[in-house]
Amino acid sequence: MTDQTVGGTAHPAPVARLDDVHLAFAGVKAVNGVSFEVRPGELFAIIGPNGAGKTSLFNVLSGVYRPQQGSVEFMGESILGRRPHRIAAMGMARTFQNIALFEHLTVLDNLMLGRHQHITYGFLQAFAWVGAARRQEVEHRRAVEEIVDFLELAQWRSMPVGLLPYGVQKRVELGRALAMEPKLLLLDEPVAGMNQEETEDTARFVLDIRDELDVPIIMVEHDMGLVMDLADRVLVVDFGTPIVTGTPDEVQRHPDVVRAYLGSEVGA
Amino acid sequence: MTTLSTGPARTRRRGGRLSGRPQLYRSYAQELALFNTRPKRIWVGLIVLVALGLSQMLTDNHLNTLALAYAFAIGALGLNIITGLAGQVSLGHAFFLGVGAYTAAAISGDPDGRTIGFGITNILVWLPAAGLVAGLAGVLVAPLATRLRGLYLAIVTLGLVFIGEHLFREWSDLTGGAGVGREAAVPELFGIEFARDGDYLTSDQKFYLLMLVLMLVFALGARNLARSRTGRSFAAVRDRDMAAEMMAINLPRAKTVAFAISSFYAGCSGALIYSIIGFFEPSSFGLLLSVQFIAMVLIGGAGTVSGAIMGALFITLLPTLTRELPAYLPFISGQVTDTPNVFQLEQVLYGLLIVGFLLFEPRGLFGIWIRIRNYWKGWPFSY
Repeated sequence: MTDQTVGGTAHPAPVARLDDVHLAFAGVKAVNGVSFEVRPGELFAIIGPNGAGKTSLFNVLSGVYRPQQGSVEFMGESILGRRPHRIAAMGMARTFQNIALFEHLTVLDNLMLGRHQHITYGFLQAFAWVGAARRQEVEHRRAVEEIVDFLELAQWRSMPVGLLPYGVQKRVELGRALAMEPKLLLLDEPVAGMNQEETEDTARFVLDIRDELDVPIIMVEHDMGLVMDLADRVLVVDFGTPIVTGTPDEVQRHPDVVRAYLGSEVGA
Repeated sequence: MTTLSTGPARTRRRGGRLSGRPQLYRSYAQELALFNTRPKRIWVGLIVLVALGLSQMLTDNHLNTLALAYAFAIGALGLNIITGLAGQVSLGHAFFLGVGAYTAAAISGDPDGRTIGFGITNILVWLPAAGLVAGLAGVLVAPLATRLRGLYLAIVTLGLVFIGEHLFREWSDLTGGAGVGREAAVPELFGIEFARDGDYLTSDQKFYLLMLVLMLVFALGARNLARSRTGRSFAAVRDRDMAAEMMAINLPRAKTVAFAISSFYAGCSGALIYSIIGFFEPSSFGLLLSVQFIAMVLIGGAGTVSGAIMGALFITLLPTLTRELPAYLPFISGQVTDTPNVFQLEQVLYGLLIVGFLLFEPRGLFGIWIRIRNYWKGWPFSY
């Protein structure tokens, strides 16, 4: 592990930064003054009880929700109010808590859709299937096959994803996000509903993505063991309010975190 | 065993296919090819040959019906792009057919006639123009689709048909007005006049061949589109529009392009259909026409090119079959004035077929074909 991830004073420019973000739906405060930054090559985890606003934070980052207050920066630019497809084109990829694959398409087509922004030919060339269309389809197919290898999806390659088992679908979704060649990857509960073996596999993939592909990751996850083992830094939120940010060790010992998860001591 | 070691010699050319290994691809280009297996090439070749041969074997009457079916197929391919591929249910297809038909009729019409006409009968002029004007109309309607989906979009496009019908009825300078109508587009290409019998081919034979070639061109385009970046983005919008946005797909733009392409097909189809019939009037572009196209796509198999063509052939040829019925079933009459008559029967059949296919074979005729293919692939074993 590199030392840029923990503690030091001179940080490289952050990949993403949220500053004092407030998001409310009518009277309900989903996000209440959250600030954090994600540094290059870092695996940043967000944890908190159900309904704490973790997924809302993802939706703020990817442009689905627009916060009423605060600033959101990605790659040094403010992305507040920018449309989701523009933010995605800047290099932000995400997976969803409840899988959001294109279920009638094959694994390969799903991955090719991840490369949508890198493919440049227009629909007129598509009609004739000449020149750039033919060339780029082959070129990007090659890139997609590397992801198939990386995530060990070869045996499911040309099956419609709707027919695949849950764990494999999760992996395809991860692959689709990777196919975008992201500069920041948002993982929303990557191991939810997985058995022990599938969880271990996913943990291995997540570490490979950070260490080999050098992609910074923000991960929302309920599996505490996984978060504490993998994350460089952890943000704890409860009812939309940030409780603490720090290394897994610091966070685990923090009294407010213990209170939020385990309740307060009897008689305290 | 020297024969076994001469592996490369079995290859017909460098990077080519190994004989006897139909599932083995040796390059991505090979696998991505449109007809990537030999059976596909042979079947498509055979079907095209038979279709060409029919022009010499069938009577003019039957050729006329088939030519119409091919022209309808182009429209079905268009509806398949917006509804089958991009998942936007449109009941407004008839409107775009009308726009195309009137554009073509106006461009090729008699300049001194009672309705608007510019006298340019070259099909290479009026056909693309019909498509482009209809496509433009599609772009104008598309903002509705970017804000609505599902049933709401269906209802709004339904409104489009009624607005269109009203427009066509009232603009009598262009359309001849309700109950009167006007001459349709006059087809002429490189000096060949399709509406007249020639020295070698009759008018119906010429129309048949023209429509066959055009349908094949449009089908090839649709197939290429479906497997391209654009087609994939349409399917993404259909399956999960929020995730599509996260793939950097611009939703409003994708829907607009889908509407434009679909309407282009519809416009060309409308122009061609009435150039075969020769005469048309505003009431042709009602809801029933839209429903017929929906039936074609659903019965053929939504989202597939060959399905759209099969569906169009099926629906267009259905009346030819039902009109034979009175000879076999005496209680069904061939007269409009009697009940039950074949025309009522046709309407009932459209409905029954849509319901039947949705219940029993949602993948349509295409699905039936897949089942037959899989059965023979494994024959004589059941799986």
